Amino acid sequence: MYESLETADNRENLKRVVIDPVSRVEGHGKVTLLMDEENHVREARLHIVEFRGFERFIRGRPYWELPVLVQRLCGICPVSHHLAAAKAVDQLVGVDELTATADKLRRLLHFGQVLQSHALHFYHLSSPDLLFGIDSDAKHRNIVGVLSGYPDTSLEGSKMNIGLQGVKLRKYGQEVIRAITGKRIHGTGAIPGGFNKALTVEERDALLVDIDQIIEWGNAGVNLTRHLFLSNHEYRNHFAAIRSNFMGLIRSDGAMELYHGRLRATDEHGAAIFDHVDYRDYQDVLREVVKPWTYMKFPYIVSLGEAKGWYRVGPLARVNQCDFIPTPLAEQARQVFAEEGGGEPVHSSLAFHWARMIELLHCAEGIKELLLDPDILGGELVVQGEKRMEGIGVIEAPRGTLFHHYQINEDDLVVKANLIVSTTSNNQAMNESIRQVAVRYLDGRTLTEGLLNHIEVAIRAYDPCLSCATHALGKMPLQVELLDAQGERVSRLAKNSDGSLSD
Amino acid sequence: MKTITIDGRSIPFEEGQTIMDAALAADVYIPHLCHNPEFTPHGSCKLCNVKVNGRTCSACTMLAAEGQDVINNSKELNDARRAITQMLFVEGNHICPGCEKSGNCQLQALGYHFNMLDAHFPYFYPRREVDASHPDVLLDRDRCILCELCVRASRDVDHKNVFDIAGRGINAHLIVNSATGKLADSVLEVDDKAVEVCPVGAILVKHHGYEVPIGQRLYDHHDIAEISLMTEGGGSDE
Repeated sequence: MYESLETADNRENLKRVVIDPVSRVEGHGKVTLLMDEENHVREARLHIVEFRGFERFIRGRPYWELPVLVQRLCGICPVSHHLAAAKAVDQLVGVDELTATADKLRRLLHFGQVLQSHALHFYHLSSPDLLFGIDSDAKHRNIVGVLSGYPDTSLEGSKMNIGLQGVKLRKYGQEVIRAITGKRIHGTGAIPGGFNKALTVEERDALLVDIDQIIEWGNAGVNLTRHLFLSNHEYRNHFAAIRSNFMGLIRSDGAMELYHGRLRATDEHGAAIFDHVDYRDYQDVLREVVKPWTYMKFPYIVSLGEAKGWYRVGPLARVNQCDFIPTPLAEQARQVFAEEGGGEPVHSSLAFHWARMIELLHCAEGIKELLLDPDILGGELVVQGEKRMEGIGVIEAPRGTLFHHYQINEDDLVVKANLIVSTTSNNQAMNESIRQVAVRYLDGRTLTEGLLNHIEVAIRAYDPCLSCATHALGKMPLQVELLDAQGERVSRLAKNSDGSLSD
Repeated sequence: MKTITIDGRSIPFEEGQTIMDAALAADVYIPHLCHNPEFTPHGSCKLCNVKVNGRTCSACTMLAAEGQDVINNSKELNDARRAITQMLFVEGNHICPGCEKSGNCQLQALGYHFNMLDAHFPYFYPRREVDASHPDVLLDRDRCILCELCVRASRDVDHKNVFDIAGRGINAHLIVNSATGKLADSVLEVDDKAVEVCPVGAILVKHHGYEVPIGQRLYDHHDIAEISLMTEGGGSDE
C-alpha cells in the first residue's frame, strides 16, 4: 500500500531524516526518511543488518555442533535456533521421527522458550507504550515505570503489579528451559536424532508448583492486551494499519503448531495461497530478493511475485491462520480475536501484542499438559539412521517462522548454510508499517521524542530481534537528524542510552 | 622413608619418582596439563612449575630427591600458571561456548581453577586446519595445545605412531603420519588410546557431542584439582 514510499522520485531535492542506530544487532539498524520542503514524507526505509555472518562461519564445522553453535545467534530466543538446527541435523543423520520422549522434551523446551520471549517482549519492552501512551512522558515509559506502578499498573481484581507479573512469567519460562537444558541461556539438550536427558521427577514437580498461577497470569495478559487494543480507536484502526499475506507452520489438522508442521500461507482475506507444504520444499514457494539499500533480504511468495508476495510471520500470522488452538483457554481467546477480524484476518500491527499473549497462554497450557505426561520423565532418547547430505529444519520461533538449511560433505562438515530468520520475513511488513506511521504521524511536523517513538512502536510490534538487543528498559538509543534539501542540518534530536534527550 | 617437603608438608617418595608422582601419591595437587601419569612425562606445558630450593623446575620431570623444599601453591607460581593458561587460550581458537568438550576439558577447567577472568593477551586467531577425513575421528587443530599426549599414546600404547609435532615455536603444529597427511589415510582407529587421551577438544569421536547434560559433566561441580586427585591421586584405584 505504501510501496510508493520505498523509493522517492527526485531524491536529491529532499530532506533526509536518519534514525541511526535504531539499535545494534550484529551490526546496525536505522530508519531513513526523505521529506520535501513542507515536511511531507516521500520515502521511508528500515535498514537492518541481520545475522548472516553465521551462515559463513559455520561452514567447515561438523554438523553435530550446529544446534549448540547457532543458538549463539541470539540471547533471547537461542532455543529456537537450537531446535531449528536440531531438526535439520536429525535429517542429516537420517532420522525422520523422534522417540515420544525426545519429541515431547523438545516441545516442552520450545513452549518454555516462546513463553519467556513473549513475556519479555510484551511486559518489559512494549507494555509501557501501550499502558502509558506512545507519546507519554519518556521518563516513565519503561519497565521501571511499569514496575513502580505509574500511573496504575495493577490488574483489575488483582493487586499484583503488571510489571511484576511479566517478570515472573518470564522467569518461569526460563526455569523450564533451565530444567531441560541445564542453563537458562545457551544450554544443551537436542542432539542428532534426539535429546540428551529426560526430566527428573523433582524437576517436573518443581515446575508443576507454579503452573496454574502462570496460566492465570497468561489469561490476565490476554485480557489486558485485548482491552488495550479494543479500547483505543487509534490503535485498532489506524496505527501501522497495513494489510498483508501471512505465513506460518500449521498442524495436519489445522491446529496452531509451534514446533513441527507444514507451511500455510494465506492472503489478506484469509484465503489459502498454499497449504500443508512440506517445509523441506520451501524453496519452491519462497524466494528471497536483495535490495541495494539494506543488508537484509526480502523473502516473498513465489506465486505472487516479488512486488505482491511479501507476508507477515509471527503471533499475528499464527493466530490468524490456524483453524484452532489445541488448548482450551487459548482457543477461547482465539475465538474472541477472530471475531475482531469479522471473517478475515486481523491486520492491525498492534494486534500482534494481543495475538502474542494468546500464544503465551497457549504455551502455559501446553507446558502443563506436557509436565503431566509421563513420557517426559524417561524412555528412549535417541534414534539413529542413515546419513544424508542435506537437512532443512523449520520451527515457529517466537517472532515467526525460522528456517535452517544445511548441506554437508562426505567428511561431515557443513558446506552450505541458509538461515531465514523470522525478522527477515517481516522486513517488508516493518517497512510498510513505518511508512504508514511516518505518513500518518510525522508528515508535515517538527520532530519530537514522542514522534520518534511512534516509529519505534511500529517496529516494536513485530518484536524484531533488533529490539531485544538494546531496548532494555525502553531506552533504545536513537539519533535523528533533519537535514534540509541542501544537506544542512536544521534539527537534531538524540535519545541517549540512559534515556535522556539532547540536541 | 625418604621425604621431600611440599609447601611445608612432608611427602614421602620412592627412588625414581618425580615430584609430581610423589605429590599425586600423597594427594597433593600440582596443576598439570601435558602430564598424564599413564605416560612418560613430557615437561612442555610448564603449568606444573614449582620452586625447588629456590629454582623453578617442572614437577612432572624433576626427580624427587632428599632435601628438596618444594613450593607449589604460591601466588607467584599461580599467577604465572594463569598467564600460561591465558597464552594457551590466545594461541589457538578455543571457543568454549560451542565446543562439545566444554565441561569436560582440562584447559577450560584450569582456566576456572586459576580464576582466569579474561584472555589478557591479544588473540592470535591462527588459521588452523580441521581434518575431518577420517570416518570416525575428527581432528580440530584449532583446539590443539601441543601437549603431545596423542603422540605418546599412539607411539607407546597403540604402537601406531600416527601423530607428531612438526614446525618450531609458533609454527609448531600437530601432523598425521600418512602419505597424504590426512587422518583417513592413517591407521588410526576410533578405539585407539590416542583418541581417548586428548585433554581438550582437538581429537574427537565423530557424530557425537553434547550427550552428557550440563550439570553432569566432569568439571561441572568439581574443580580439576579434586578430579585429578580422585583419578590420579594415591587414593585412586587407577
